[in-house]
Amino acid sequence: MFENLSEKLQRVFKNLRGEGRLTAANMETALREIRVALLEADVNFRVVKQLIESIREKAMGEEVLTALSPAQQVVKIVNEELVKILGSHQSKLRFANEPPTSMLVVGLQGSGKTTSTGKLARWLSRNGHRPMMVSVDVYRPAAREQLRIVARDVGLPAYDGGAEEKTPLDLARGARREAANTGHDVLLVDTAGRLHIDDELMIELQQLKDLLSPVEILFVADAMTGQDAVRSADEFHKRLGITGVILTKMDGDARGGAALSIRHVTGQPVKFVGLGEKADALEPFHPDRAASRILGMGDILSFIEKAEEAIDKKQAVEIQRKLLDNEFTLEDFRDQLRQLKKLGPLDSILSMMPKVGMLKELKDVKVDENEVTRVVAIIDSMTPGERANHMIINGSRRRRIARGSGTSVQEVNQLLKQYAQARKMMKSLSGGFLGKKLGKFKLPVM
Amino acid sequence: MIQTLFGSVEQEPGLLERLKAGVQKTRAGLVGRLEETLTGRKQIDPELLEELEFTLIGADIGVKTTAEILDRIRERVDRKLVDDASELRGLIREHLLEILQAAERMPARVEEPPAVVLAVGVNGSGKTTTIGKLAHRYRADNRSVLLCAADTFRAAAIEQLQIWGERTGTEVIRQKPGADPSAVLFDALQAARSRRIDYVIVDTAGRLQTKANLMAELEKMSRTAARVVPSAPHEVLLVMDATTGQNGLEQARRFTETSGVTGIVLTKLDGTAKGGVVIAIARELSLPIRYVGVGEKIDDLLPFDPEKFIESLFAQ
Repeated sequence: MFENLSEKLQRVFKNLRGEGRLTAANMETALREIRVALLEADVNFRVVKQLIESIREKAMGEEVLTALSPAQQVVKIVNEELVKILGSHQSKLRFANEPPTSMLVVGLQGSGKTTSTGKLARWLSRNGHRPMMVSVDVYRPAAREQLRIVARDVGLPAYDGGAEEKTPLDLARGARREAANTGHDVLLVDTAGRLHIDDELMIELQQLKDLLSPVEILFVADAMTGQDAVRSADEFHKRLGITGVILTKMDGDARGGAALSIRHVTGQPVKFVGLGEKADALEPFHPDRAASRILGMGDILSFIEKAEEAIDKKQAVEIQRKLLDNEFTLEDFRDQLRQLKKLGPLDSILSMMPKVGMLKELKDVKVDENEVTRVVAIIDSMTPGERANHMIINGSRRRRIARGSGTSVQEVNQLLKQYAQARKMMKSLSGGFLGKKLGKFKLPVM
Repeated sequence: MIQTLFGSVEQEPGLLERLKAGVQKTRAGLVGRLEETLTGRKQIDPELLEELEFTLIGADIGVKTTAEILDRIRERVDRKLVDDASELRGLIREHLLEILQAAERMPARVEEPPAVVLAVGVNGSGKTTTIGKLAHRYRADNRSVLLCAADTFRAAAIEQLQIWGERTGTEVIRQKPGADPSAVLFDALQAARSRRIDYVIVDTAGRLQTKANLMAELEKMSRTAARVVPSAPHEVLLVMDATTGQNGLEQARRFTETSGVTGIVLTKLDGTAKGGVVIAIARELSLPIRYVGVGEKIDDLLPFDPEKFIESLFAQ
């Protein structure tokens, strides 16, 4: 993985004499690092150039804050600049005065239109709407079948089309009629993936737009897209006037610099991000989080939010006390694991963490969900006495626990070893991110 | 019976032309801007080098590889080996070619059929379409092919492969959605062995390289394949979208670690994206590019040839 920008900047300023302040000379070195970081995150080079200019101006005019080191100060400026471009607040979907509201979902092949359509339908229905979906992809093999299955999985209707409805326009027309007749207030139109230079198919989209007068035209973009993002987004925007972007596959480790490029060339906001293959893995876009991710500083805010949802605060305080008093038992360990599991898939959690300092060791950690399940099973197979005091677990108890949990003695041994380590580690963390400091954690994380 | 994995390697008529047509837009972009950069200016100055840098980075070649190329140029300029801007193109071409050639690998020899080809990659990279086209190539070469629908996860993935099976006249071994991919693979390989099939092409579910459990599933599939057919899988193709940026390198790295990628298929090269990240991949991981996808038609899959690829990028 890439070195985090803050680490790089720290290095830059450390290598220079008179570390205490921002000067024209060390600023140039810092700007070079920022430039590389942005390019490695796939931000378009033209966008990078402009950004660097405005960052330079800002930084030169900036009052030196005594509270921040130069590195922190630069990161703060960069972060602010990125957030400014990405939009300073969440952008909401708009709806037509008279239902049904049509929304077109467009994009390149394989960007994730159908999956996003299903997720968006579910999101709308959770937020008080009655969405209906239709696939007008008559080209790709089994594309309409795919939406049908997605719709069935989220338990929301997809318009199938009559036998005589063969073209995208016919299907769209029929779907709108059906939606109006059955009282659905939003019609999501899943279109075929196409290249922005495919004139024929772009004209088809314009016809769909003329027919449906959609309130939203959502451009679905893959977070892994490179420099070409500006060209495709720009072309879609010129021909259709997109109203927003859905950034998909953000559950991977792509830095998502494309978001910045797309926003920059189209002026349209990212409205949602796709974070997984499950139907509920769609979240409103948070510009501040995207900015720190582009800079390689992890999506710590999302992590904290998830943690706050999942972790019982009182329990956390209690655990912390126990840790400090060395009373952290296997039972507590199990509770912690269960809470951790509630946060969602563990590897997606880890991908949100900044790869800095103490947490650096985490970046190579391979997380196996089954491992967690096995560990919980082993602890479940212990007696309350054993959970309270692991010292009493001797050989014969180990064999019994292994049998009871369907594991082996080696696995039980391993767990006990891990537990001892965890006890040690958690004590040194003293509740760092699980404890009460949670709410106070702020960016920039240095 | 001895065969190479990709059968005959004879030159197809008009291959270069088709490749050229496919990458025409790529060419128009990269070459266009290179020309723009390189003509009208004789002196090699910092400004020109910066323009060059942007051109290469704009093609997704990556900061590191770009820096390497520029360093080489600067060095030659300093030693007065080059002083004319017009020589730069040849220098760059030479360097890119070197990188791609160094990564070339012959496909594995198959001692006993079937040859097992696994298509892996992130979601939406074009695996199923590539498999359809690949089946068509093998069939055109008079080989018997069996498709294995081991993407049991994504909605309608099996149906999509089935349609490609019908188009290419190839049987598809399938189970129900949600079935264990390794079980489907096992079935397909058993069937292929008993019928003396030449090629089994395996469609796997798209997965992001950060999903440890899904990556482990791929490892299991490789093990399963080796149990039925010794030394299988013979080829593991990482299917990558040409629009992919620098994350492509991480993709290649992680997929190689877990499923032993042996080559890359670069898809969607008919757009404006350059697919330059494969150069970074070739440089860092020595992975060869086997094929390029240049359209949605059944014969829009062409063998990759570094020389021709660069040539068509830089041809006048």
